Amino acid sequence: MATLLEVSGVSVTFDGYKAIRNLSFSIGEAEMRAIIGPNGAGKTTFMDIVTGKTSPDEGRVIWGEKSVNLLKMNEARIAQAGIGRKFQRPTVFEDQTVHANLLMALKNPRPSFACLFYRPSTRDLDRVAQLADEVGLSDALMRMSGELSHGQKQWLEIGMLLAQEPRLLLVDEPAAGMTLAEREHTTDLLKEAAKTRAVVVVEHDMEFVRRLECKVTVLHEGSVLAEGSLDHVTANPKVIEVYLGR
Amino acid sequence: MRRSFIARNPSILVFLACLALFTLAITLMSEATGAGLISTSFVKTLGKTLCLCLVAVAMDLVWGYCGILSLGHFAFFGLGGYMVGMWLMYARTEIIVAGSLANAPLPPTPAEISDAIGSQIFGVVGSSDFPLIWSFAHSFWAQMALVVIVPGLLALVFGWLAFRSRVTGVYLSILTQAMTLALSLYLFQNESGLRGNNGLSGLQNLPGVGAGQDAVSMWFFWGSALALALGYVICAWVVSGKFGSVVRGIRDDEARVRFLGYSVEGYKLFIFTFTAVIAAIAGALYYPQAGIINPGEVAPIASIYLAVWVAIGGRGRLYGAVIGAALVSLVSTWFTGGLVPSIRLGFYTVDWVDWWLVLLGLSFVLVTLFAPKGIGGLVDLITDRIAPNRHGADYGPDKGALREGEGRK
Repeated sequence: MATLLEVSGVSVTFDGYKAIRNLSFSIGEAEMRAIIGPNGAGKTTFMDIVTGKTSPDEGRVIWGEKSVNLLKMNEARIAQAGIGRKFQRPTVFEDQTVHANLLMALKNPRPSFACLFYRPSTRDLDRVAQLADEVGLSDALMRMSGELSHGQKQWLEIGMLLAQEPRLLLVDEPAAGMTLAEREHTTDLLKEAAKTRAVVVVEHDMEFVRRLECKVTVLHEGSVLAEGSLDHVTANPKVIEVYLGR
Repeated sequence: MRRSFIARNPSILVFLACLALFTLAITLMSEATGAGLISTSFVKTLGKTLCLCLVAVAMDLVWGYCGILSLGHFAFFGLGGYMVGMWLMYARTEIIVAGSLANAPLPPTPAEISDAIGSQIFGVVGSSDFPLIWSFAHSFWAQMALVVIVPGLLALVFGWLAFRSRVTGVYLSILTQAMTLALSLYLFQNESGLRGNNGLSGLQNLPGVGAGQDAVSMWFFWGSALALALGYVICAWVVSGKFGSVVRGIRDDEARVRFLGYSVEGYKLFIFTFTAVIAAIAGALYYPQAGIINPGEVAPIASIYLAVWVAIGGRGRLYGAVIGAALVSLVSTWFTGGLVPSIRLGFYTVDWVDWWLVLLGLSFVLVTLFAPKGIGGLVDLITDRIAPNRHGADYGPDKGALREGEGRK
């Protein structure tokens, strides 16, 4: 399988603290990957680097079959290139409707003039309805997204992510604060998405990771400690010591 | 789901109807076109107020919708005024000079006419040469184009520098204050070529127009009303639809918009420049009614007043900005005009000309603390009462109205 994203030898230092040390990571085109690790392992910083929020001190981040250097691009360009990100805390535009949120995320030309004269086509409206249905928000399309429950906001954000039609989804703790039933729905959504694109899930919850049934990367102190199936990594003595043993 | 622009924004029709009624009422009461119930100077005050409403709409767009607290939009307003003032002064002086030179024994050469106009205009600053920036002052159309081009270009360059460095929040506000202060200080210099602290004067006299001020004031009143109506509709159109969604998204969560793939800088620059142009057009209509423009008009405090109007009227709703600007500037005229009787406390006399600013500051603080929706927020009470089943209410901030929206699906 062709490599979609390749991170190699990346290091970041914040005020003398090495958040990421010589991290290397790669993911294929239609692959699900879970990243686990204790607090401060550098999971969120890793996402910040890939999405352009933080620039590393050294290392390379290479994207796609044309091997584009992501470090030279800003956040908006990286998002346009096909990397979507879901934040730990649900971040949707709360004073706008679910419909407006999804329509804004829909893959369409992004420049200001194109957006100014944009009128939703029937195809776009159908797509929004379909996405809302997928994430279980069909009945809430015209509600202000600020009114939604925590779990619904998480789904709306996943829906917005899917609307962007990214080739790589970076998902930060999607199950945080969800009920069991909501978690199951979220697992299904992510598994479905991973059939056609790469999905990277950062998660604390082992049960959730187990349900994803995918390869696991364990981060510790800013670099990869172990990689493999969940059973494989949880049997690793180093992993038990730094993470599971706690 | 896909309703027309007006159907999605019923407040536009209400606003236009109110504006039309107001214009008609003033027309019927004025000296030139009606019963003569109100004075020409009051018509001018109202016309100027309409221009202030227009610049407040622009301010609401940039601050209330896009979240950029620009405290420098009066710089663009003033520049628009200067641009139109240059043509008015030049053309009018030209007519006077041509008239006086026509009696000379030899017909004057173009150079002589130009010199005479120059010494008329720049005599007060001890000069008679036309500075380079007056190159287009003889041409009406060129100067009208400059009304849009000069402030637009300033906003474009300033905004590009500020936004690409990701200057936001209070730092951007300070930067815009610095810009308007710098412009004001520059214009105060005689070398700026715009007559220093004298400014441009006599702007109320339209060159080549025989009609009296009572008629001219009505023309400008109508022009201002039309500009406000057009500006309002265009701004409402800009903030409706997906562009508006993105802009409001930028106001609420700029980083999130970036991760959706939108270039936040481009959108901010668009809004900043667009509103600067609206402000400039408002200024170009305002100063011929005021009759005079001087560098004090672009002093930093003017732009702060603008933000105060929008805050009192209600940020994030265009009619709120109009209400705020109209109310505060008219009340301000009333108080500072010495029409309000002083309060004698025996030991101290409260003179409203001085104390008005205290009152304004106090009401600004009170509105910010206790009624963040401003005066425009009162409209929510009315719309709820009249139409609890209004389907458009899904755009409103009230919880009750939102549930109606839910059911509509």
